[in-house]
Amino acid sequence: MSSELINLQKKDISQKSKLLAFGILGLGLILSVVAYLVDSHRALANYNVIFTFLVSVAVGNLFWFAIEYLSGAVWSTVMRRINEIFISFIPVVFVIGLVILFNTHSIFHWSHEEAVKNDKLLQLKSPYLNEQFFSIRYFVYFILWISFGIFMTKFSLKQDESKDQLLTYKNSKLSAIFIPVFAITLTFFSIDFLMSTEPHWFSTIFGVYYFSGTALSSLAVLTLAIIILHEKGYFGNLLRKDHFYNLGALLFAFINFWAYIAFSQFLLIWYANLPEETFWMIHRWEKGWEIFSFILIFGHFLIPYFALLSQQSKSNLSRLKFMSIWIIAMHYVDLYWLVMPSLYKEVVFGWIEISFIILGIGILFTLFVIRFNKLKNIIPVGDPKLKRSLEFHL
Amino acid sequence: MENKTLYAVAATFDDVNKTIDAVHKVNETGFKEYDVHSPYPVHGLPQAMKLKPSKLGYVTLIFGFAGAIFAFLFMYWVNVIDYPLVVGGKPFYQLPAYIPVMFEVTVLSATVFTVIWMLFIMFKFPNNTHPLLETEYMKKVSVDRYGISIKATDELFDLNRVKDLFKQLGAEEIFEIHFKTEELEYKPKIFDKKFVSFLVLTAVIVSGITYFVLNHLLFMSPFNWMHEQFRVDPQTTTTVFKDNFGMRMPVEGTVSRGHLPYPFKGKPVEAEKFLVNPLVPSKKVLDLGKQKYLTFCSPCHGNFGMGDSRLRGQFPNPPTLHSDRIRNMKDGGIYHIITEGQNVMPGYASQISEEERWAIVHYIRVLLRSVNPKESDLR
Repeated sequence: MSSELINLQKKDISQKSKLLAFGILGLGLILSVVAYLVDSHRALANYNVIFTFLVSVAVGNLFWFAIEYLSGAVWSTVMRRINEIFISFIPVVFVIGLVILFNTHSIFHWSHEEAVKNDKLLQLKSPYLNEQFFSIRYFVYFILWISFGIFMTKFSLKQDESKDQLLTYKNSKLSAIFIPVFAITLTFFSIDFLMSTEPHWFSTIFGVYYFSGTALSSLAVLTLAIIILHEKGYFGNLLRKDHFYNLGALLFAFINFWAYIAFSQFLLIWYANLPEETFWMIHRWEKGWEIFSFILIFGHFLIPYFALLSQQSKSNLSRLKFMSIWIIAMHYVDLYWLVMPSLYKEVVFGWIEISFIILGIGILFTLFVIRFNKLKNIIPVGDPKLKRSLEFHL
Repeated sequence: MENKTLYAVAATFDDVNKTIDAVHKVNETGFKEYDVHSPYPVHGLPQAMKLKPSKLGYVTLIFGFAGAIFAFLFMYWVNVIDYPLVVGGKPFYQLPAYIPVMFEVTVLSATVFTVIWMLFIMFKFPNNTHPLLETEYMKKVSVDRYGISIKATDELFDLNRVKDLFKQLGAEEIFEIHFKTEELEYKPKIFDKKFVSFLVLTAVIVSGITYFVLNHLLFMSPFNWMHEQFRVDPQTTTTVFKDNFGMRMPVEGTVSRGHLPYPFKGKPVEAEKFLVNPLVPSKKVLDLGKQKYLTFCSPCHGNFGMGDSRLRGQFPNPPTLHSDRIRNMKDGGIYHIITEGQNVMPGYASQISEEERWAIVHYIRVLLRSVNPKESDLR
């Protein structure tokens, strides 16, 4: 086993891919700046969608990282470095989000003082929904996420050299503290950046709904990255079907979890039939928005459900790769469906949206390339669980 | 050993990876009639044995679908076709409300039928026993060892060769397993005496215990806590009052609120003559009357007093209220009928309060006038 470890030399991502990444990022930037000049209102709304998507990917990976330590999972140890790459995006995502703090008026109806003045409900909500407190919360979320992310990845990286088993224990402890912090911060984050785009509406299950999408999409991004790296030979022959089967099974589980939560939210609103709740759903079922609702029902649940239902499909690499791209796209649709109908009565989808999608892909791709090339080892060589992880079979 | 034939040679292994490698080797050597035993399901074994993927998943899928479709059709039949009932102001056909039930039935049907199919079709219950299950070898591999057994009937079988192979693969212990032919051919019957009597015994014990618990145990101390409570029940004694009567008479010369004695019991003529409606037909009174009418009167007389309710044809037909008799009757007469009943109709004094009865009378007047309006209404 040890000889195999020594043989695995970490390769850097080629210059060509790096150029491609920067190319996509550049194109995305240019297009979105143009979009901002053409229609700043719509561009900022799209920016919010992309921002929440990046939070999903980065913070979701921190969640999976903590879960690995907390559950003592063995199979995922070998891929943990990829997790850490995505976690290291969080400070960048923080900077990206600052743009929204300076442009709350375009996205959040409650930030207009004259609107609040004439609206009893918004007045009652104003102790929570005001710009000062909103900014404070934003900093609190990111300080917590960044500090947990930095500490835990630092311990994990330190272990490569020191081979200290105590660091695993420390990280497990930190993870145990992080999970409740994550639950609370992510819930409030989703309320602030997604639910409050329609400040008159409320759903008590909304935090869980966003969490289900976060966990699913971050896992899909992780799976996609690992499969591509595996296919290009970065992992040598370390990863086997059993590892991919587990990724596939988790994806499948969270596809179901998302559907379960999404349906629970819908069913309760539909059954209670209270006008202050139903208008949000009705709005997403008319004037063209129903197309997006249908895409979610079929694309976010039924199609991936049946695509990953059989045992073989979960370890079929090409299927898994396709489905993770599919799920990433669906999470984007999901966030789009949450934000945009609140701001636009009629369905909108055009080049502005596509330019922001390119921007999002560019950011993820570029950050990944930069971060990957900085790594010393592609696997956590000092982790005491590594040997068992490499030998892992179902 | 006499009259026993060699059935198989089996070997135990102490490590799962070693076992999988060994199975690979046995398979490559060309053995066909061999089997692997382990105390828990080991992933990778079916692949090592080159088994085809199990078909059981399809059974689960089909019965899962069947369960979903059955649940949907059943609810549709109940809610839309057989007994349409408005629930929560929703339409009769309401897919979102069906989905949780469909989900549950899918899971239930898929799991239950998977187990049944596996047990009865794949394992051929009750013919799923085998003498191998009684051996020392099986005792080991069902606790903490993995094992491979190669049958003597295999084409490549040769006692020494197989033993050598197992030794090479690092087997911990090697067993030669002998059986009598009767042992191998033994097949239990479904109606085996032991089996049937066991079933009967189980049924008797289970139903006996259930009967005892529900009818006797729950009434014994200390399980009867819920029966003995400190409140005063009707027709029981109490120490609160001097005379020990739990039930009390009303204070002399008083009447409970809303329970004035009805002075015209059995006197419809007098009632019509002397009773006067104390209520003024305001919107509030009519709304109250409408509500009470729809609750208590409409099941027989129909929503509009036409006598056209669901009960028509199943019961002495309820009369229409749009008759000259009712039209010309004074309020007091209608009030008396509601209070005391008439023919098959029971009295409603215990269910509808006085005020509500008078409100109903007003509402009946509204119904009457809507069918037979005054000339001033038509203008």
